[in-house]
Amino acid sequence: MTFSFVAGSLLNGLLVGGVYSLMAIGLTLIFGVMKVVNFAHGSLIMLGMYTSYWAVMLLHLDPYLAILVSLAVLFIVGACFQRFLITPILDAPEHNQLLLTLGVSLFMENLAVFLWSPDYRVLKTPYAEVNFYLGDISISLVRLLAFVSAMILAGILYLVLTRTDLGKAIRAASEEPKGALLMGINIRRLYMITFGIGAACAGVSGAAIAPFIPVYPYVGWLFVITAFVVVVLGGMGNILGAFVGGLIIGVADSVGAMFLPGAMKSIISFTIFIIILLFKPAGLFGRRNG
Amino acid sequence: MAETRGHLKRKLGRPTWIAVVCVLAALHLLPWVFPSILHIMIMIFLFSLMGQGWNVLGGYAGQFSFGHSVFFGLGAYVSSLLFVRLGLTPWIGIFFSCGAGILLGLFIGFLSFRYGLKGPFFALIMLAFAEIFHMIATGWSAVGGALGVLIPLKGNAPGLMQFMQKEPFYFMSLWMMVGSLYLVWRLEGTRLGLYFLAAREDHDAAEALGVNTFRAQMKAMAISAGMTAIGGTVYAQYLLYIDPDSTFGVVNSVEIMLRPIIGGPGTILGPLLGSVVLTPLSEITRLAFQSYSGVYLMIYGVILVAVIMFLPDGLIGLARKIVGKFQKGVA
Repeated sequence: MTFSFVAGSLLNGLLVGGVYSLMAIGLTLIFGVMKVVNFAHGSLIMLGMYTSYWAVMLLHLDPYLAILVSLAVLFIVGACFQRFLITPILDAPEHNQLLLTLGVSLFMENLAVFLWSPDYRVLKTPYAEVNFYLGDISISLVRLLAFVSAMILAGILYLVLTRTDLGKAIRAASEEPKGALLMGINIRRLYMITFGIGAACAGVSGAAIAPFIPVYPYVGWLFVITAFVVVVLGGMGNILGAFVGGLIIGVADSVGAMFLPGAMKSIISFTIFIIILLFKPAGLFGRRNG
Repeated sequence: MAETRGHLKRKLGRPTWIAVVCVLAALHLLPWVFPSILHIMIMIFLFSLMGQGWNVLGGYAGQFSFGHSVFFGLGAYVSSLLFVRLGLTPWIGIFFSCGAGILLGLFIGFLSFRYGLKGPFFALIMLAFAEIFHMIATGWSAVGGALGVLIPLKGNAPGLMQFMQKEPFYFMSLWMMVGSLYLVWRLEGTRLGLYFLAAREDHDAAEALGVNTFRAQMKAMAISAGMTAIGGTVYAQYLLYIDPDSTFGVVNSVEIMLRPIIGGPGTILGPLLGSVVLTPLSEITRLAFQSYSGVYLMIYGVILVAVIMFLPDGLIGLARKIVGKFQKGVA
């Protein structure tokens, strides 16, 4: 195992980790504001991948322009999801929301099988062949672009949350929903927007990885558990934690891939998940009592 | 008070006894009347048994598991590997399966409940354990790897839990299901059963009243895991083939948990009722839409969403509501 191989796979892990970060930011935002554990996040990622795939195949868009299509479509899907399914049961016990999102995820995935067949589809782009070298270390262009796209959206989201009135309202609603309501914030609309943003994060991350990960209806399962691992690692509801957690899990996965057979490479991140849940359920960056 | 005590002593009125005996008698005649539906009936009973296992932990003790396939798969693998490698008959293997399930359940329970893990976190940790076992079963060639384990067919060998006909499996699964119903019915009337409910309804209040919720939850986990693992062994012997996807896969966790949730979590008959509704649905849609094998899961998804939104107490809750209205109308 040469140095350049190790460094290369760590770097690739870090690049994919950036996409994990964005997936987890969407998930943690939804949890932080609505206290809903969104089990359908993987299906939203899958939908983002298919949206981008069809935008490229049917509209002949550039795959990186198709990311914007995914963003818009998934925002609308997410807002409707919140409005029609989550809002009516927001006051139910928390496991009911988890089960509801599980039901939605079963529905979406198998609808995708029904509509688009269970076949693996590969989004062919000219970029996929390009590798460039940093010394001996080879970096694939599509992974770098996925990382950059994820970082751009994460950056914009960060600015929205910290610098705008909308962001202030979202943060207020997550800290103290009743107080926010009393201050004249339209909580229902805000929840729709927040879920829309969370789903859009899933959509963009899906579209960003579509050029190097085959698209199929159950692809979300590859990511949903990883996204939960990242969210728990960073502390539920903690956006900065999700960002750092994504990078950590990306690297941990690539270390796993170096030492373990292909089918078992995620064991490292799952073990991290269990250890964190047991010993530090508030996450690495969480406050003491989580 | 007397009523509560009578309820807890588990006495049934004469009409209930007559109904139970009639239903059981009818079920024993069924193989001769409708031999063609035996497969569906076996699946109904097996998943009702495992759903009952889930129900003890999820419905009664209030800990929703998203990974019960880990006990199902463990049960299927332990007895099958003991049979294939060591020639041990599954009649003894089933005890090892059950024991392995209980040990794993206690291990996960010890880790989780000690730290007061609950709600979505417990659900996810169960899912993570199921996925880890899925990955190990797929990657480790000593347990068959991705190809799984083929249980050699020995012809009609009752001593090895292999039969050429479906009837023996039918009666076996029927009586296991009845046994699970009886167990949970008795459990409801014990102190332990009440502890389960106390821990579910208000963990802190139960602790304050001196209920050791940790021990209660551990016991719920052990019962739940053991029952599910037994179902896994019978399933493996019935189909004679297991692989990682069909045992540890997420779909099985969903299959197991959906039955009590749709039937009515925390009720004795909920898992059976859920299984009576879901099993034929999945078997028939699988036959009707062979090329789209996922259609039944799509329907599951719709049913799950509808039940959560409109019938949080499941079909049993709906039935009770209708009966209540009817009685009010009569009075």
